[in-house]
Amino acid sequence: MSAHQPVGGKIITRPFMVLSVLFMIAAAILLARFVLGLGPVTNLNDGYPWGIWIVIDVMIGTAFGCAGYSVALLVYLLNKGEYHPLVRPAMMAGLFGYGLAGMAVMIDLGRYWNFWTLLWPGYMQFNSVMLEVALCVMAYIVVLAIEFSPAFLEKFGLKDIHKKLNKVLFFFIAVGILLPTMHQSSLGTLAVVAGHQISALWQTQLLPPLFLISAVLMGYALVPFESILASMGLKRPMETPLLAKISYVALIVTLIYLAIRVGDLLWRGALGLAFTGSLDALMFWIEMALFIVPVVLLMKPANRIKARTIFISAASLLVAGSLYRLNIYIIGYHPTAGGSWSYFPSVTEMLVTLGIFSLEVILYLIFVKRLPVLHHAPTA
Amino acid sequence: MTVNRRQFLKMAATGVGASLCTTQAQALQRETLKVSPDAVGMLYDSTLCIGCKACMVACKNANGMPVESTDVNPMWDTPLETSGETLNVIKLYKNGTGEHKDQLDDGFAFMKRHCLHCVDPSCVSVCPVSAMTKDAVTGIVEHHKDRCIGCRYCVYSCPFGIPKYEYDKAFGQIQKCQFCAHLQAKGEIPACCDVCPTGATLFGRVDDLKKESERRLQAKPGDRYVFPRGKFGSDRPPHEAAIAQYQEHVYGLKELGGTQIMYMSAIPFDKLGLPVNVPDYSYPSQAEGIQHTLYKWMLAPAILLGGLSYVVHRNTQKKDDEKNASERRES
Ligand code: SF4
Ligand code: SF4
Ligand code: SF4
Repeated sequence: MSAHQPVGGKIITRPFMVLSVLFMIAAAILLARFVLGLGPVTNLNDGYPWGIWIVIDVMIGTAFGCAGYSVALLVYLLNKGEYHPLVRPAMMAGLFGYGLAGMAVMIDLGRYWNFWTLLWPGYMQFNSVMLEVALCVMAYIVVLAIEFSPAFLEKFGLKDIHKKLNKVLFFFIAVGILLPTMHQSSLGTLAVVAGHQISALWQTQLLPPLFLISAVLMGYALVPFESILASMGLKRPMETPLLAKISYVALIVTLIYLAIRVGDLLWRGALGLAFTGSLDALMFWIEMALFIVPVVLLMKPANRIKARTIFISAASLLVAGSLYRLNIYIIGYHPTAGGSWSYFPSVTEMLVTLGIFSLEVILYLIFVKRLPVLHHAPTA
Repeated sequence: MTVNRRQFLKMAATGVGASLCTTQAQALQRETLKVSPDAVGMLYDSTLCIGCKACMVACKNANGMPVESTDVNPMWDTPLETSGETLNVIKLYKNGTGEHKDQLDDGFAFMKRHCLHCVDPSCVSVCPVSAMTKDAVTGIVEHHKDRCIGCRYCVYSCPFGIPKYEYDKAFGQIQKCQFCAHLQAKGEIPACCDVCPTGATLFGRVDDLKKESERRLQAKPGDRYVFPRGKFGSDRPPHEAAIAQYQEHVYGLKELGGTQIMYMSAIPFDKLGLPVNVPDYSYPSQAEGIQHTLYKWMLAPAILLGGLSYVVHRNTQKKDDEKNASERRES
């Protein structure tokens, strides 16, 4: 018998309706995007060709989606079986994060109908970090679907396939650890080529490890964040002891991240820029504070067993990692040639991002209510 | 305590390992590419430019680009920057009263902006589907819209802000100067170089143009000088004028690994909108350096996958055994 069970209950609830309306609004805007082009619905321009659809929906969305990756690291690599109840919901978060990021890419691509060229060996350009990210993410979506498929197989009682899948699942789990290691670091490498266009507060050849580690810590933050929200929203008991442990892991990873981040700033002698009173400096300090607050909170063991502080720390880390990405790709990015540019997302752009997020929550609600995703009893 | 000492050490080791590999990452840089001996290029001498914009008109005609009007009453082609509709633009630097040509204070100067056909171009390095290519012989950087997916990574990465996307079209494309490759294929020269009346925009082999720029730097300011026009070395009648007080340096000789379009000017290049204080190596040499080291022959990922498969297999096996055992106990 599986330890996972559907939560049950009505699908169509008030929040569900609100989320659906938000999604419909986004769908309408997207219709306009495909008929009129990117310009009329976004504030994208040739100085800032990448806006929130790329940075929030793809870069930040997949970092959130690293929950599955981060938990897999603990359970399968470090062999911490006690975290096993977290695997399935985390895989699901990964599937949604990555699946919808894929969708966002298709919306944002200026020549989406040529998408196939990415898979055409004659055109593949292997020096391109973008190619690696694209192929890696496509493959990872498939792997996540396979890793999550036991939930479906259990639901529909397909025991035979499930057994067979179990025999080879280890391989997919291994691939599922390899791929995010590759593309989450590459999402950092992507910015290296921008050179001086990104402020020295962020531009460094250490972007790949910094992106990877911050994605991992966001994964460890998302698990308690999602779990506590689910417990409150779906009126289930909290899994506090397990969350306390994973918060500790998040703390360790954050410390490693900060050591590299600050060490790099000092080593490159770039820290002076943080005291210039520019918008960059302000955003830098906010970003750093959001990383440091959870460290201060979680350092105290007493705080690690309180759902409240766990939740606040997790939320802070998620925002911190997100802001780090926004700072690099948009706020700290200063296109210096070919015009004077500025970018702030348009309302329609934000509504699309909100709509995609709503879709994510809608899918989450349907999945946990109908499929065996959440652990049936809180584990001690 | 929920995490024991061993576990902590293990994690710490992972972190140190990561930071060690990355200290080396600073050294992860491939060589910046070298210019081809037969590369073609352009020498734009701002001091010779009279701002007639003949090159802008010629560029539009040669490339079938539309008129772009920024006026309230659209009457003339008045682009302010290169864009999805304009591949080449003459810009004006003006300071104070703007009376004197080629003077920093109270002066003015012209500048020609378009693709610099970099020796080691970012746009080519970043494009996932080879929609930006650099000719191995001529070094011309061309765009192929039929494969382009419109990711705009080229727009994002070009240090000179050149590739432009057509945001206001449902099926937009990337636009940039391709050095009139279609004309050069027919043995002609780029349209803008062809029409320039003063030789400010001069076409030629990069080698020849470099030597020409040296000669200009060595000549005495104020002396008469015979400036070639159209194509360097052609028999087109030259233009005679006085040598200006040049900036000591020719832009494009070394900036970001060098560019095949080179600039001479009497006022500093940053005033003309070019990025200065940039390294002599190209940015792709850094980004590709990281990629090539991590992904050489896909060796590292393959080894990692092997190791991961082994560990995961062992760990899941153990779990299954435990589960089976406990199920047996229960029944
Ligand atoms: S100037 Fe920009 S578009 Fe032109 S070759 Fe260099 S990187 Fe490419
Ligand atoms: S927009 Fe087109 S040309 Fe530019 S990098 Fe993307 S696929 Fe290549
Ligand atoms: S080389 Fe051709 S496309 Fe480029 S600026 Fe000159 S005329 Fe325009």
